[in-house]
Amino acid sequence: MKLPVSWLRAWVDTPWSDRELADRLTMLGFEVESMQPVAPPFSGVVVAEIRSAEPHPEAGKLRVCRVAAGGAELQIVCGAANARAGLRTALATVGARLPGEVTIRAARLRGIESQGMLCSASELGLAEAGEGIIELPDDAPPGAPLRDYLGLDEALLEIAVTPNRGDAMSVLGIARELAAASGRPLRAAPDPALPRVSVSIRERFPVRLQRGAGCARFASRVIHGVDNHRPVPRWLRERLERSGLRSINPLVDATNYVLLELGQPMHAYDLSRLERGLEARRALAGEQLTLLDGSAITLTTDVLVIADAKGAVGMAGVMGSAATAISAATSDVLLEAAWFDPRALTGRGRRYGLLTDASQRFERGVDPDGQQRALERATELICAVAGGQAGPATLEEIPEELPARAPVELRAAQVTRLLGVPVPPDRLQAQLQALGMRVDRAGAEAWRVTPPTWRFDIAIEADLVEELARCGGLDAIPEAVPAGARALAGASEARSSGQSVLRLLAARGYSEAITFGFTDPVLQTKLCGTATAVRVRNPIATNLAVMRASLWPGLLLAARENLRRQRERVRLFEIATQFHHGQDGAVLERRMIAGVVVGPRLPEQWGSPREPADFHDLKADVGALLSLGGRSGDCRYEPGASLPGLHPGRSAQIVRDGSTIGQLGALHPALLQELDFTYAPLLFELDYAAATSNAPVRFAPVSSFPQIRRDISFTVAADETFGRIAERVSVAASTRLLELRIFDIYQGKGVESGRKSVALGLILQDLSRTLTDADADGVVAAVCAELRASLDARIRE
Amino acid sequence: MTDLPALTAQALEQIGASDSLPRLDELRVHWLGKKGVLTEQLKMVGGLGAAERPAAGARINAAKSELQSAIDARRATLEQAAVAQQLAAGRIDVSLPGRGEVTGGLHPITRLRLRIEELFRNAGYEVADGPEVEDEFHNFEALNIPADHPARAMHDTFYLDNGMLLRTHTSPVQVRAMRERKPPFALIAPGRVYRCDSDVSHSPMFHQVEGLLIDTDVSFANLKSVLHQFMEALFERSLAMRLRPSYFPFTEPSAEVDISCVLCGGKGCRVCKQTGWLEVAGCGMVHPNVFRACGIDATRYSGFAFGFGIERLAMLRYGVNDLRLFYENDLRFLAQFARG
Repeated sequence: MKLPVSWLRAWVDTPWSDRELADRLTMLGFEVESMQPVAPPFSGVVVAEIRSAEPHPEAGKLRVCRVAAGGAELQIVCGAANARAGLRTALATVGARLPGEVTIRAARLRGIESQGMLCSASELGLAEAGEGIIELPDDAPPGAPLRDYLGLDEALLEIAVTPNRGDAMSVLGIARELAAASGRPLRAAPDPALPRVSVSIRERFPVRLQRGAGCARFASRVIHGVDNHRPVPRWLRERLERSGLRSINPLVDATNYVLLELGQPMHAYDLSRLERGLEARRALAGEQLTLLDGSAITLTTDVLVIADAKGAVGMAGVMGSAATAISAATSDVLLEAAWFDPRALTGRGRRYGLLTDASQRFERGVDPDGQQRALERATELICAVAGGQAGPATLEEIPEELPARAPVELRAAQVTRLLGVPVPPDRLQAQLQALGMRVDRAGAEAWRVTPPTWRFDIAIEADLVEELARCGGLDAIPEAVPAGARALAGASEARSSGQSVLRLLAARGYSEAITFGFTDPVLQTKLCGTATAVRVRNPIATNLAVMRASLWPGLLLAARENLRRQRERVRLFEIATQFHHGQDGAVLERRMIAGVVVGPRLPEQWGSPREPADFHDLKADVGALLSLGGRSGDCRYEPGASLPGLHPGRSAQIVRDGSTIGQLGALHPALLQELDFTYAPLLFELDYAAATSNAPVRFAPVSSFPQIRRDISFTVAADETFGRIAERVSVAASTRLLELRIFDIYQGKGVESGRKSVALGLILQDLSRTLTDADADGVVAAVCAELRASLDARIRE
Repeated sequence: MTDLPALTAQALEQIGASDSLPRLDELRVHWLGKKGVLTEQLKMVGGLGAAERPAAGARINAAKSELQSAIDARRATLEQAAVAQQLAAGRIDVSLPGRGEVTGGLHPITRLRLRIEELFRNAGYEVADGPEVEDEFHNFEALNIPADHPARAMHDTFYLDNGMLLRTHTSPVQVRAMRERKPPFALIAPGRVYRCDSDVSHSPMFHQVEGLLIDTDVSFANLKSVLHQFMEALFERSLAMRLRPSYFPFTEPSAEVDISCVLCGGKGCRVCKQTGWLEVAGCGMVHPNVFRACGIDATRYSGFAFGFGIERLAMLRYGVNDLRLFYENDLRFLAQFARG
């Protein structure tokens, strides 16, 4: 909410400077988000009267003006079409500094000297755009500094009012807070004090209120013979404009002024357009309404409308109809100041995309006791500005539908308990009373507090405690360390700490990435083929329209951006949630660890070959992650990932205890070009819970006898897997095999085509005795026999 | 008998001129070996008269010992030279870079989150977690934000195709924690949250930390103390803190938390918009309606809750000047946080 500080000062005379006043408001819970002068800084600009304006002899569009500005007459060359004799306007004198680092100097324009510049509103930063030079009233005193004359040094406050404080969305509301805080009273007749309304006609317009519809009070008045063409006085226009509203005509301006000043939204109807009488009622199903802004809407039966005999003439508390709206030609008018129940209005406007100054206030709660006062104020304004004969004020109401302000119990003990510091009873009473509350004693240390009609946020004891904390100042509450020891929180050893996962990946050269929870549906389908993607109904962009079913799309895009920044080696990981639809439409969340690797195995360096990272490099990283939990040995790598984004021959699913806990592999060649990668990125993902589940550590005895190593070399079919070979070896070697190492695989010259040569190192040991050469030879013989029998191996001697 | 002094001189000269250990050994054998020149001389002493023998033997032995000393000294010299030569040949360029993998690092948001978790764990707070996909009940209703409440407009909620929503704050974890635990308890809940808002200073996804302490007689004074201690511990300096009254539907009283600007020390700068203050958190005493929705007896227990954005604190702590850097995952940015 934007307000000029002078308007507040017209209502309450605080002892504070503008700065202090703003700080006080902030500390009362009405954050002053900005405080700025009405106009940006400029100097050397005065009121001037154009005495004469003659055409420039050399340039048709320029005028040569003789200008009076307090001292001797000046000659000014001006290009504005409205520069005419008799006009009072703004003159930037020689040496003046204008917004945008402009300094005015004496100049010759097409051979004629100009001793300054006549200014437009935009040149002075008073308006975004504008045609011609400023037109000031005829009584503006030439020579007066323009900033003083127009009050341009006045501070504008931008105040953030929280949604619970609808009562503070007005000059009156803020002034009430300042009055309570400063101990000064609200002024009885705030400036401008206008003549009281004198009722000179007897006409009334009938109004009916439908029970239960949400309109409990409706004040109205007929005014005849308004001249809506009359100019709006400068003080009124400026207050509106400085509060962020446009001045339109006397009738509209008067209702807007009352909305800003008293917080009571009003409506003015062109009386000649209304049929017979008004009714506040629920809309009929399918009822049509064309609003002031030109939009045509179809109403539903939970919308409160004001209707005449022909149908709805406005969405109550939101916006009126185009057909009955005030125009410049309106002379007979019906003024409305009503109270609408917030419950009958909340959300209705927003449903139609309407958020108006009126609806914001009604939804938050307007003082049910303020309608007549608002009606009087608006009538005063209209009669003072545009004339007219006022009829009597008419009030319709349903008293039992008006909000009741029930007393709230307040106990001193509860104040102390919640704030941690007592509030002395005298101060407690005085503070609440200053806010307009009625405070009745209800015991030695207890009160019954009745909030004023305008407060919609005081329903329970804690609300009153908040008022006391707010008004006493939160700074006045001391700091106190919480009492009571906290119980020792448990931490299971059956789960690796999240930190160990993070540190391990960082130590292996990965940088942690954070990508959005939503991703590109097209890319995700290509990578994951997921038919059950969870869609976002209101995405911020079409390429962020589905929840990620995998962390890979985000990581791949991040990797690609780094490659585009001329990185040649990228290793990224992320730990985050992925989303899937469950069977009943529920969304399942699964926390994953995922990574992407592109580029060489090692950073470019001396003394090590430059080779691209491959599947088995990645597998070592995944294995290291799984071994954090001590269970990497329980995992099987089954060839071929289940996701379409991976190369089917260079990918695997990681299976443990019968369920897939992860995948890894190279990006599918078909996606390489599409995603603009030169080298195939490698990807992995692991279920976080599975990867961090930890087998309990149990001691196993260590043999005190020496190891024996035996190497064997053989050929097998080229497509034979190490997994099968290792399985056969361990079956044949039985318990004496401590470790199996594969130290060479070779295919090519010297090896029969279709076969490959494999070299294994068998580390043998026995727990109870030293193995003899004969023992070792026996194991090797058994292994060779098994490899021959089951894998058609040919042993190389 | 040969001229002993001349022989000695000749031997000493040869020893001094020897340039390798094998050559020195040859000389040792030649002069002092079993059949060496001086050994032969000694043998010849037997042929001398009894009166001459002792003196001749002594002279020869003195010469032998002189030569032995010279050989030892020469050996030491040659050995030193050999070591020096070995060292010279084995010299490497220690200025060359080390080989192998370079370490990556944690994202600054994670880095700061772990620090926040550690600070609160040390004070006895549990670290809790909750789902990112929430329902209206946990995200709004149980937090005293009924449908059509004006506060919902401040939240810019993302909705999913099944009617669920992405949590707009970590406060639903409060609700879950209160329904699952019996007071007293203290916890923080860091996590990702989502709001339908994207510009220079807003990201549609960001990170919050929720804090909650429920016990008998927890007061606003306790809340102030915990927040002030935390901010000073986080920034490792003494800071002024002020609380401004504000409004959150789920706390009463509610306040915004400002700390004195960590960049200008409160004098006023661009980051604090010349106010000297930085808004860093929201907080308040748990609203009785929230206690009721969570089945906690509000007459017996009271509690405070607070929440803040990790990005905001990370920007202040590390001097990051653009929110968007956190989600671009530019390795040049990330590498700056790759420390232990």
